Amino acid sequence: MNITEKILAKASNRSRVEPGDVVFAKVDKVMVHDVSGPGVITVLKELEKRGKRVEKIWDADRVWITEDHFVPAVDKIAAQNLVMLDKFSKEFGIEKHFRYGMGQYGICHTLSHEEAMVLPGEVYVGGDSHTNTTGALGCFATGMGHTDVAYVLLHGKIWFRVPETILFKMNGEIPPYIMAKDMILKIIGDHGTEFGNYKAIQFTGEAITNMPMEERFTLTNMTTECGAKNGIIDPDQKTIEYIRERRPDAKFDLIKSDSDAQYHAIYEYYVDELEPIVAKPHSPANISTAREVSNIEIDKAYIGSCTGAKYTDLLAAAKILKGRKSKVRLEVLPATQSIYHKAMKNGLLDIFMDAGAVIGPPTCGACCGAHMGVLAKDEVCVSTTNRNFPGRMGHVESKTYLASPQVVAASALKGKITDPRDI
Amino acid sequence: MQRGIAHKYEKDNIDTDVIIPGPYLKIMDPNELGKHAMEGLDVNFIRKVKDGDILVAGNNFGCGSSREHAPIALKHAGIRAVLALSFARIFYRNCIDGAHLLPIEIDREAYNDISDKDELEIDIEKNEVRNLTKKRVYKIKPFPELIKKIIDAGGLLNYTQ
Repeated sequence: MNITEKILAKASNRSRVEPGDVVFAKVDKVMVHDVSGPGVITVLKELEKRGKRVEKIWDADRVWITEDHFVPAVDKIAAQNLVMLDKFSKEFGIEKHFRYGMGQYGICHTLSHEEAMVLPGEVYVGGDSHTNTTGALGCFATGMGHTDVAYVLLHGKIWFRVPETILFKMNGEIPPYIMAKDMILKIIGDHGTEFGNYKAIQFTGEAITNMPMEERFTLTNMTTECGAKNGIIDPDQKTIEYIRERRPDAKFDLIKSDSDAQYHAIYEYYVDELEPIVAKPHSPANISTAREVSNIEIDKAYIGSCTGAKYTDLLAAAKILKGRKSKVRLEVLPATQSIYHKAMKNGLLDIFMDAGAVIGPPTCGACCGAHMGVLAKDEVCVSTTNRNFPGRMGHVESKTYLASPQVVAASALKGKITDPRDI
Repeated sequence: MQRGIAHKYEKDNIDTDVIIPGPYLKIMDPNELGKHAMEGLDVNFIRKVKDGDILVAGNNFGCGSSREHAPIALKHAGIRAVLALSFARIFYRNCIDGAHLLPIEIDREAYNDISDKDELEIDIEKNEVRNLTKKRVYKIKPFPELIKKIIDAGGLLNYTQ
């Protein structure tokens, strides 16, 4: 069995599972944020209206909450939702609740690994589609809606159809100026936004072994844009060290794919051949090389989100921006408070400010068109985020180009889409 | 049995950001969400739809976010079923487990045959969609066993193993 099958077999108390099997699997961790949390609470309240009073949830220690989409509270409704979340965690004894202005908080998917909220081998359900991100820790991580998350809170388990797994072997040495973002955009461009629907996407190969953990999360994050149920990487020494640095006492099962594991399809990529890539409006699959669109003028460069505002993302952008000025609006929103703090201590924020950037608090912000720099009609943005659907970052007639932090930084300097090798 | 008028959007990848744009995700009132359904694609949508109507679309309907606001908005705009060539997985789960509306996969032949404003009737016991306007019947694949049980129970929270 491959890693996804082994985790689901263990969680459903079976010796073996096959793709297509429907299982009820035990869940180890659950996350909700300020959008999915109020939705889940509404579902539980509906149950109460029908006479099923919810007095306790299955295991408060396995549930964690963060505020990320509409924070700092953007308006009265957002503020009210945060109050609702507060009441909820107090009522049910959920202690792991990350609040802005109270130390560590930030975008759920980045916190999931920054704080090692989830461990290798676990089944993790989040009320957000990019929950797939966390699978780079070697766990089964998938996003669900309010009703499913509510069910997990009540029963500690949920149904899954065991997915077929597509394996991507990423061979070769990673060239300068190529990041995981270029790799995943290339994969989505080659295979489309639907090829992973109902399936698992697993990454392996020399390039995966050699890339930092933070880069691996960029790959699994955007398996969501392939339609995948989960993205996953077999855990290795780097995974173990990453977890140990954060939680020295953590106990976990290191589950890895068997050498004779079966895959639905296997694709090989040679990363040495890659060029910096952008995804043009309005689909992550609409790719071209940065050089092919270097005539596109931009109004704004955005460095943020669970995909593109980890510490290594900020570092990559800062290396290009150092000592230079941005020609367009440049926004930097570190994904978590801890990343923000580290960027400050290491001088990255000085580099961004010297370049002219505005630095915002950790939030999903304009990535989902919520706040903190949404786009006007016809505005063009190059962004480290993960989606460029119509209206995603603001006006339905705005345009977003998705790219790596290095491409975004290089583009900010020139005021048009730029390959970082041309700076 | 579900009978209603078809609203056809000949488009693949109709995503959750156009079904219910991000800024509305703060809203919990389902009727309020319904007022903004499909706003990113067709601002006249909610004026066209009557209670019980059916949405028809191409591949990968509902791709993108896990927001259950998407099927909730469609439902409260009046939509009772979506017929599509294929569905994104979380949207599909949300429809079934939350008992918001029926997601029905149709084949290319049915998709091409159905016109905007056709009157359709969905029968998931007989596994068919009947086009009352064109007097034709399209076979649909039966739902997998567990999914059918969840539909019959009225959603996952009512389902007992």
